[in-house]
Amino acid sequence: MELKTHIQDLIAKNLSNLDEDFVLQDDDNIFERGFVDSLFALKLVNFIEDRLGIELENEDLDIANFYSVNRILDFIQSKKSMG
Amino acid sequence: MKVAMKARKEIKCVVWDLDNTIWEGILLENDNVRLRPGIIQVIETLDARGILHSIASKNNRDFALEKLREFGIADYFLYPEISWNAKSVSIERIRKNLNLGKDRLLFIDDQRFERDEVNFVHPEVLCLGAEDYMKLPEHPLLNPRFITQDSRRRRIMYLDDQKRKHAESEFIGPRTDYLASLELVLTINNAEEIDLQRAEELTMRTNQLNTTGKTYGYGELKRMIDSDRHMILIGELIDKYGSFGKIGLASIEKFDVLWNLRLFLMSCRVMAYGIGSVFLTYILQKAKEEGNKVTAEFIHTDFNRMMYITLKFSNFTEIGSGPGGNVIFENDLSLIQKIPHYIKLRAG
Repeated sequence: MELKTHIQDLIAKNLSNLDEDFVLQDDDNIFERGFVDSLFALKLVNFIEDRLGIELENEDLDIANFYSVNRILDFIQSKKSMG
Repeated sequence: MKVAMKARKEIKCVVWDLDNTIWEGILLENDNVRLRPGIIQVIETLDARGILHSIASKNNRDFALEKLREFGIADYFLYPEISWNAKSVSIERIRKNLNLGKDRLLFIDDQRFERDEVNFVHPEVLCLGAEDYMKLPEHPLLNPRFITQDSRRRRIMYLDDQKRKHAESEFIGPRTDYLASLELVLTINNAEEIDLQRAEELTMRTNQLNTTGKTYGYGELKRMIDSDRHMILIGELIDKYGSFGKIGLASIEKFDVLWNLRLFLMSCRVMAYGIGSVFLTYILQKAKEEGNKVTAEFIHTDFNRMMYITLKFSNFTEIGSGPGGNVIFENDLSLIQKIPHYIKLRAG
């Protein structure tokens, strides 16, 4: 599966408070749109660390890096190019 | 004294071998094994203190479970591991299923070889031989300071958890739909005197979802609930299977237009339900209504990264850090998560 699809899927399965017919856009702020709980956060962190092999530092764990599909992809890209 | 207590934490689960430990003899060689005299009382005594039991035995699973049922003690054991696996593997599975730290397990086996194997892989697990089983109830690590209503019901609550896990594994669809099917209700109230033993117990027992790891004694908690400057919130979670008990605690010191979260913790039993974020949302909303800013103290430990992530994803930002992994967080309350649809919040 493409990375983007993975991220979209992870979000779609774990956000609540979305309307039935809501379609998440890649730039939608998920923190404003739905409910982001600690378990979603953990799943996202695990996905990035275990599946993508990117170690996250404390300062990386900032919602500024994770608030939309595109933002997450950009962040992963920047971490990859740093490593 | 405190330092010595820290070196080894109270045991939360005793993992038993079966042959020549729970019973005399080897089941596969002799179907007429007999329970060791007094073992049931030992198991019951510990169970009543809120200490869990499990099994790591190399045996035929069906025979062994049948024998335990015959003895009328099968229900005491959670997630029994009866197979031909190495016991270190069994221990790891039990630990994972119960979501406990390795240092909270006591493994009892008559065979030195098995204890050594477990100790080699999991040095944190306390291992004891089987011969002194009658003395277990006197063991200092098996004597919690208080026995609360929550501790007495602990095994039942874990059995409910087993049912939930089973239901979840059968459930097809998004996690939030599964959570909605549980009919979760979180009740948050100011702690009262009857809650304080449990509050102290929570500060002692909770490592993973814990901001600072500070333990509070009964007296200190009592002074805080009697003081206008402090607020102790305690949360209980209930779903259609029953109550998880009192599973969350927040200690807040109130300053002029500022609430400082001195301690925030959630029982690891409710980690899978995102309850920590909901509890935080409640605190943040309430602080905002009353015109306060919020800060939070945090101390990094080997266990509490999950809580760090929880705070960060609830829009807390670090405004300072000190030695020993100390962090001060601030929340400007500009973005507070909504309460998710799958949970009802009741607050007093």
